[in-house]
Amino acid sequence: MTVVHRRFDVLVIGAGGGGLRAALQLASQEARVAVVSKVFPTRSHTVAAQGGVNAALANVTPDNWQWHLYDTVKGSDWLGDQDAIEYMCRTAAERVIELEHYGVPFSRLDDGRIYQRPFGGQSQHFGGAQAARTCAAADRTGHAILHTLYQQNIRCRTTFFDEYFALDLIQDEEGHVLGAVTLEIATGDVVVIEARATLLATGGAGQLYRTNTNARINTGDGLAMALRAGLPLQDMEFFQFHPTGIAGKGMLISEAVRGEGGYLVNGDGERFMSRYAPKAHDLASRDVVSRAIYTEVQEGRGCGTERDHVQLHISHLGEAAIAERLPGIREMCQTFLGIDPAASPIPVYPTAHYMMGGIPTSRDARVVVPAGSGEEAVPGLWAAGECACVSVHGANRLGGNSLLDIIVFGRAAADDIERWLQEAPYHRPLPEAAVARSLQRLEALEQDDDGERPAELRKAIQATMEQYCGVFRTEAKLQEGLAQVQALAQRSLKLRLSDRSRIFNIERIEALETQNLAALACATVASALARTESRGAHSRVDHPERDDAQWLRHTLYFHQPARLEYKPVKLRPLTAEPIPPVERIY
Amino acid sequence: MRFSIYRYQPESGDAPSMQPFELAVRPGMMLREALLALRDTDPTLAFRHSCGEGVCGSDAMNVNGRNVLACTTPVDGLKEPVQIRPLPGMPVVRDLIVDMEPFFRQYRAIQPYLQVNDPLPESEQRQSPTERQRLDGLYECILCGCCSTACPSFWWNPDKFLGPAALLQAWRFLADSRDQGREARLDFLEGPFRLFRCHSIMNCVEVCPKGLNPTRTIGLIRQMMLREMG
Ligand SMILES: Cc1cc2nc3c(=O)[nH]c(=O)nc-3n(C[C@H](O)[C@H](O)[C@H](O)COP(=O)(O)OP(=O)(O)OC[C@H]3O[C@@H](n4cnc5c(N)ncnc54)[C@H](O)[C@@H]3O)c2cc1C
Ligand code: SF4
Ligand code: SF4
Ligand code: FES
Repeated sequence: MTVVHRRFDVLVIGAGGGGLRAALQLASQEARVAVVSKVFPTRSHTVAAQGGVNAALANVTPDNWQWHLYDTVKGSDWLGDQDAIEYMCRTAAERVIELEHYGVPFSRLDDGRIYQRPFGGQSQHFGGAQAARTCAAADRTGHAILHTLYQQNIRCRTTFFDEYFALDLIQDEEGHVLGAVTLEIATGDVVVIEARATLLATGGAGQLYRTNTNARINTGDGLAMALRAGLPLQDMEFFQFHPTGIAGKGMLISEAVRGEGGYLVNGDGERFMSRYAPKAHDLASRDVVSRAIYTEVQEGRGCGTERDHVQLHISHLGEAAIAERLPGIREMCQTFLGIDPAASPIPVYPTAHYMMGGIPTSRDARVVVPAGSGEEAVPGLWAAGECACVSVHGANRLGGNSLLDIIVFGRAAADDIERWLQEAPYHRPLPEAAVARSLQRLEALEQDDDGERPAELRKAIQATMEQYCGVFRTEAKLQEGLAQVQALAQRSLKLRLSDRSRIFNIERIEALETQNLAALACATVASALARTESRGAHSRVDHPERDDAQWLRHTLYFHQPARLEYKPVKLRPLTAEPIPPVERIY
Repeated sequence: MRFSIYRYQPESGDAPSMQPFELAVRPGMMLREALLALRDTDPTLAFRHSCGEGVCGSDAMNVNGRNVLACTTPVDGLKEPVQIRPLPGMPVVRDLIVDMEPFFRQYRAIQPYLQVNDPLPESEQRQSPTERQRLDGLYECILCGCCSTACPSFWWNPDKFLGPAALLQAWRFLADSRDQGREARLDFLEGPFRLFRCHSIMNCVEVCPKGLNPTRTIGLIRQMMLREMG
């Protein structure tokens, strides 16, 4: 096997919004930056984000970052760290304005300022009237942001390694991260990329579930790399199910549809959300709306001949508004459902969407591990975006806060890395054995003649997660689920490739991804089993109440051997008044 | 349903060939799903794909002679056997996977980023809804390559003629009220090849899966050139 070595100041793994925001900052400061991505950058999943990015610009309704902070803490069901949330909400306006300066084609108000729309969980005056905080480029905001960031990286001459698959982090005996081992997909060559600082920005793992809104590439590779390096994952039991995926298919119908005035209707023609959220109605937070839809369908009030979904109505907005504000949604409905939402309602059902958990980081995006009574940073390693857990989303993410998360903490990572590069001006020597583990994993794949096909095992993982670790969870189901995913993880170590080619071997990539998914399935189910309360997206039928006395704390999952630890939630913002936990009503 | 799919595996030493496949398709099935089902029977069949909803631009390919995204192409109504080939005119890496570098090189060449020389305001640069509307039909491009690889002028001169996708993006920035790079952009587009190799054959418009119209923008660039450069 050919092994090539390359050296950079900074290695960014992932070319979604998080990775590209960081890379842009560093490259414009003259650092030598390598960005590795398993797909061409603009194919990254950020491109699919529709509705928008939150910032209290107050362009449409009165607004300020303190209200945004309050909404985010409440949305998180108090599991979010209030210091990180304050940091995000306070810097939001500056970060979004920066995007506009880079060229993002935001929709505009008549006076030329950025258009903002209402989204779920947004309020004025700490729980009062609905706010309009989500800055939008029609319903293609992620596309607009990702392409713009890529374009600006072209300007700054960032070095791109397109279609390279990251296998493992490289660490020396003292725990310093020195880069990563990657595989060039087109040639099958192993490329070792050394760097003084490494940023994981590999995105989420929606592929854990069979029906999901995520791209095929969202297999949580960076999280599994962290687990293999002995690092923990935080709050993995919190997985968001978006209320409005296209029923039976999974493609996302953005919350922007409800933000623009769309509403949900059950089989009896009733606007049922008013029963579940008397004030916010259809714009309650996502966990609340998803559970409401499940309940309606479970109790026989679904729509259609199978009564297995509900309907989302927007035709009353009128053709012109739909064409201007929701053209992408309309196109998707026409392509995949053969209907025009300007004329007929959209059949929707909750769908796996977003991973609140991830690699634990500090506010400056450094990866942190427990040490003594506190925590310490892993030298040379940062994480940002959906793969990280700072934690700003806690037990439930608000719509529009993830695009914000990636640009705020992508930038924060870059700023911190810049400081680090001053302090650590040299590359540390690469330990001989650093690459061996990855090579072994690749060799094993070449050699096994029995074992399962990667595609089959991936399907088994997805079906198991859906059945045992979906929206409503119980001890018995999770117990059974844990036994199953652990067995699947074992089986994932022995996979059989029908394709032994070096050149663009997709099956090999799928095998590596499946191993990663299997590890994350274990992390998710084990964390969910232990948490005997209901909070945000984690809904335990056998423990229906939130239990702050015991569970106002973050889960940390370690792999091989599997074990759980906990750490306290940060309940004090940096400067604002703390927002103490109360019952969560929308 | 019967398929005939282009297979090429450079390590094998064999020449490219068309391989027959058969699949029981479901109503409403998209071509990408059909290809994935075929991969279950033959995991060596290689093609790119990701989002499954027509926004990432990964799975452009040539189907019955026409460039499409597999994920937004229903199999119903496709003439059998469905002939699936890699995008025309591009170096084939393997099976349906082509080397897109000639396409991306032309994209990078037009300096596809907003250029502002004036000091930036503290808040957003203002842009009226009408000015913003000029970017509609331009910024939505997903860089799939369907258009440029359907363009005869691009086939003959992939290194000299920018091709419809890159030209559409050139106009995206020329049309942006915030951009101040107009003069240099137009200078770059001068000459017999980069822009003027377009013979308005319109293949590009016909195939764009996002319904964009590169031919129109090429015309608009020409008009702007005449106006501004005399
Ligand atoms: C359909 C949809 C709509 C959404 N809409 C919104 C919205 O309106 N507002 C909002 O705030 N949020 C939205 N979200 C969420 C938000 O888009 C994502 O959380 C966010 O874009 C993630 O960005 P990221 O940079 O962390 O990762 P991604 O954009 O997923 O990028 C991950 C990158 O890592 C690379 N990578 C991964 N593994 C490897 C590997 N092993 N080797 C090399 N490279 C690798 C990938 O190639 C990719 O470049 C939406 C999500 C979905 C699914
Ligand atoms: S109109 Fe111009 S760019 Fe489009 S296909 Fe024809 S020659 Fe190519
Ligand atoms: S203009 Fe259309 S066909 Fe051409 S690259 Fe863009 S989206 Fe694809
Ligand atoms: S898979 Fe993304 S465009 Fe088809």
